[in-house]
Amino acid sequence: MSKFAKKRGKASPAISTASLPDIVFMLLFFFMVVTVLRDSELMVKVQTPFASELTKLEEKSLVNYLYVGKPVKKYQQVYGTKPRLQLGDKFASLAEIPLFLERHKVKVPEPKRPKITSSLRVDGEVTMGIVQDIKTELRKSNQLKVNYSAKKKPD
Amino acid sequence: MAKTSSRDRMSSEINAGSMADIAFLLLIFFLVTTTIVEDKGITVKLPVWSEEEPDITKLNKRNVYSVLVNAQNQLLVRGELMRVEDLKDNAKEFIANPYNRPDLAEKPTKAIISLKNDRGTEYGTYLSVYNELKAAYNELWSELSMRKFGVPYSDDLPLAWRKDIRDEIPFVISEAEPTNFGEE
Repeated sequence: MSKFAKKRGKASPAISTASLPDIVFMLLFFFMVVTVLRDSELMVKVQTPFASELTKLEEKSLVNYLYVGKPVKKYQQVYGTKPRLQLGDKFASLAEIPLFLERHKVKVPEPKRPKITSSLRVDGEVTMGIVQDIKTELRKSNQLKVNYSAKKKPD
Repeated sequence: MAKTSSRDRMSSEINAGSMADIAFLLLIFFLVTTTIVEDKGITVKLPVWSEEEPDITKLNKRNVYSVLVNAQNQLLVRGELMRVEDLKDNAKEFIANPYNRPDLAEKPTKAIISLKNDRGTEYGTYLSVYNELKAAYNELWSELSMRKFGVPYSDDLPLAWRKDIRDEIPFVISEAEPTNFGEE
């Protein structure tokens, strides 16, 4: 019996794919858990600055997002290139902030309301004028917990 | 033809071959829609709104650490130009005042940081200044925590310990209404 018998003759056994669904499901569940469905399309360019003293935002449902930056190319024809505020999925004026906060607040159960945080996602190149106005508006509506969104500084 | 018993029919398995396809489809959907967001940032507590400005001129001058940022993103700290990189160590020295110098804060509880910027200041600069000031406090808290409890300061410490530390070195920052020279 030769050691190097031709294997061609034998039909190669098919690789069992029975565990494939399990693997795929595992991946699927992973992605389902980490996924946050993006609720609003960004209409402004937001490139948050770098910082080192970061805290993590814990509960997503207790956070409302305010975006500030220059409108992206698509909207520059209509809205110009000055930095603007985006609330939800549309451009907004400063006067709309209290209503926006209130709309978010009613969705949160009462005991958790003091923990609501406003996440300011502001582009690094924006001047402080508009940010200051937003801060004033937040203070006036008694929304004092604010998180300046920033990226971890690469070492 | 013999009638098959219901038991026989039950034992015939459902073909699970297409399970993988369905799972793949879902997987691809989630892969595409996923954005693993980094929701991190500097958390601050804004002061309660009041019409009148807090008056810091009444305070003893040695306890006030004034930081001014102009529209050219330059820093003026207690009357002197400074780079952002030097701010942290300078602020730490001011707050802790290890050699009891007469021009620095009497004690950490009395130190107040007064931050003022222009409406034309870049947000990135403002945030990096704020970040440095926060970093100064964080380092002081860590040092104190190491001395007292032997562990670095973090949010995982018991509340009583954290309160103890923050009572000793409170983070007091007063932000004045910005000037308006540089906004386009």
